[in-house]
Amino acid sequence: MVNVNNVSKTYQEVKVVDGVSVHIKKGKITSFIGSNGAGKSTLLSMVSRLIPKDEGSVLLDGEEITSYDNRELAKRLSVLKQSNNIKVRITVRELVSFGRFPYTQGKLKDEDKKLIDESIHYMNLEAFEDRFLDELSGGQKQRAYIAMVIAQDTDYILLDEPLNNLDMKHSKQIMKALRRMVDELGKTVVIVIHDINFASCYSDHIVALKDGKCVYEGTTEEMISNDVLREVYDMEFNVCKIDGNRICVFFT
Amino acid sequence: MGYNKKLVLLLSLSVLSIVLFVFWDIGEYWDYALPRRLEKAWAIVMTGAAIATSTVIFQTITNNRILTPSLIGFDSLYVLLQTAIVFFLGGGTLVMMNNQFHFLLSVGLMVVFALLLFLFIFKREGKNIYFLLLIGIILGTFFSSISDFLQVLIDPNEFLIVQDAMFASFNNTNTELLLLGGVLLLCATLYLLRYAKYLDVLSLGKEEAVNLGVDYDGVVKRLLGIIAVYVAVATALVGPITFLGLIVANVAHEVFKTYRHNYLIPGAIFVSIFSLLTGQWFVEHIFTFSTTISVIINFIGGIYFIYLLIKENDAW
Repeated sequence: MVNVNNVSKTYQEVKVVDGVSVHIKKGKITSFIGSNGAGKSTLLSMVSRLIPKDEGSVLLDGEEITSYDNRELAKRLSVLKQSNNIKVRITVRELVSFGRFPYTQGKLKDEDKKLIDESIHYMNLEAFEDRFLDELSGGQKQRAYIAMVIAQDTDYILLDEPLNNLDMKHSKQIMKALRRMVDELGKTVVIVIHDINFASCYSDHIVALKDGKCVYEGTTEEMISNDVLREVYDMEFNVCKIDGNRICVFFT
Repeated sequence: MGYNKKLVLLLSLSVLSIVLFVFWDIGEYWDYALPRRLEKAWAIVMTGAAIATSTVIFQTITNNRILTPSLIGFDSLYVLLQTAIVFFLGGGTLVMMNNQFHFLLSVGLMVVFALLLFLFIFKREGKNIYFLLLIGIILGTFFSSISDFLQVLIDPNEFLIVQDAMFASFNNTNTELLLLGGVLLLCATLYLLRYAKYLDVLSLGKEEAVNLGVDYDGVVKRLLGIIAVYVAVATALVGPITFLGLIVANVAHEVFKTYRHNYLIPGAIFVSIFSLLTGQWFVEHIFTFSTTISVIINFIGGIYFIYLLIKENDAW
C-alpha cells in the first residue's frame, strides 16, 4: 500500500502538483489520467523519489519513502520514465541484468541468471537478447526496459507513459503483460497513461488529475462515465459498452 | 575479437611503446640516460592513466562523449592559480616555493573548486548536470580571461615563469613530484574502487541509477572529487593537455563498444600511455625537440574533435 498525503510541487511559483492525496492499493493496476500538464508525471516522479517533493509525504507500507535506504527501496519499488534515450552500447540481456543490481551490486549468481532468463522469456525477448538496444524498434526497446523492471522483482512498479510512441499492437502487448504481472505475479502497477480506452480496459483503479489537483479517484466503473470524464478533460465523451468493456468515443 | 584479447593487445602496445621510448638509441652512457628516461616514462604513464581515467568517468557521469573535465574549467583554473601566485607574490615565489607544498596547494584548491561547483549547483533544486556544465564552461572562460589579464600586467620575465607552467611538456617534467603525485593517484584510485561498481549503472542515466538504488548525488559528488584529484595531478606534472582525454576515451569506446568500465577504463589508460609515449618519442627523435607533445596532441585531437562533431551530428 502506498499512501500519498497532501503532496505538492512548485516550479517557478507555479504549483504543478497541489496538495494531492492518493491511495494506491496493493495488487491492482492504478492509472493516472488527465490532460497534458495536469501534473501526472510530476506526481509519479515524486512518488518514486526521482524528484524531491516540496510538501506532504509518501508512505510505502507505512514508512516515508525518502527515509528508506536507497538499495532496500530499489528492491521494493521500481520506476520507468518515458525518455529512455540511452547512449551506451548495451545488449538486451545486459540491460535486463541491471535489474538485479540492487541485490547483487554487479556480481550475478546462478539464481540471478535464472531470474534474468525468466524475465526475458516473460516479455518474449529471447530472439533479441543479444541484439544491441539501439538496433531495436521502439516497442522492442520498451519491452526490454519492462523486462529489466521484472528482473528487479519489486512489489511496486511505476511506469510513466509506457505506451508512448507505440503502435496499437505493441501497446496491447505491453498492457497485457502488465495485467499478467498483476494477476500472476501479484505486483502492484501504477501507470501514467494518455489513452483513456487502454486505461478503461486494463486498470482496476483510476486517479484523475486536473491543474495539479486530484479531481476524481475511484474504480474504473465509477471513473469511466460521461460526467466524470467531461469534468476531467473539458470535452464531451460518449461512453459505450462494447464486449463488456467501457469504450469512450470522443473522436468526432 | 573478445574484450580480453583486445585489452591484451592494447597492453602489449603500451608496453612496446615504453620499451621503445626507454631503450631507443640509448647510446653508450646508458647508466646516465636510463634513470632519466625511466623517470620520464613513469611521469608519462602516470599522466596518461590519470587523464584517461578521469575523462572516462566524467563522460559516464554526464552521459556524453564530447565533454571532458578540462571543458568545465579544471585546466584553466590550474593556469589561473599559477598566474595568481606569480602576480601577487612575484615570480621568485613560484620558483623558490617548496615544490611539494606548491603541488599539494594546487591539488587541494582544485578539489575544493570541484566540490564548490557541485554543491553550489546541486543544492539548488531542479538543476541538472547540463547546468553544471554550462556554469563550468563559463567559469573556464572566466578563469582564462582573468589569467590573460594578469599575464598582460606582469613583468615579461615573470611571464616566462608562468608560461613554463602553462604548456604541457614532458621535457621539463617535475620529477620531484613523481613520488607525491603517485601517492595521491594511488589514494584516489583506491577510493575510486569503492565506487567503481556504480559506474556501469551511471552510464544508464540518472533516473535508471536512482531506480536501481544508487545514491546518485552522493556518488556523483565523490566521483567529481576523484576526477579533480586526477586532473590536478596530471596538470601539475606536465601542464594542460586539452584533447588527450577526449581522444583516448573515445578510442576506448570505439574499440570496446561496451558500457563496461572494467574494460573501458584500462583500455583508455593503455591507449593514453601508448599515444603519449609514441608522441614523445616523435618529439625527441623525429622533431628533435623543435615542438612539444601538447602541440601534436592538440593537432590530432582537434581534428578528431571536428570529426566527432560531424559524425555524431544527429546522434546526440
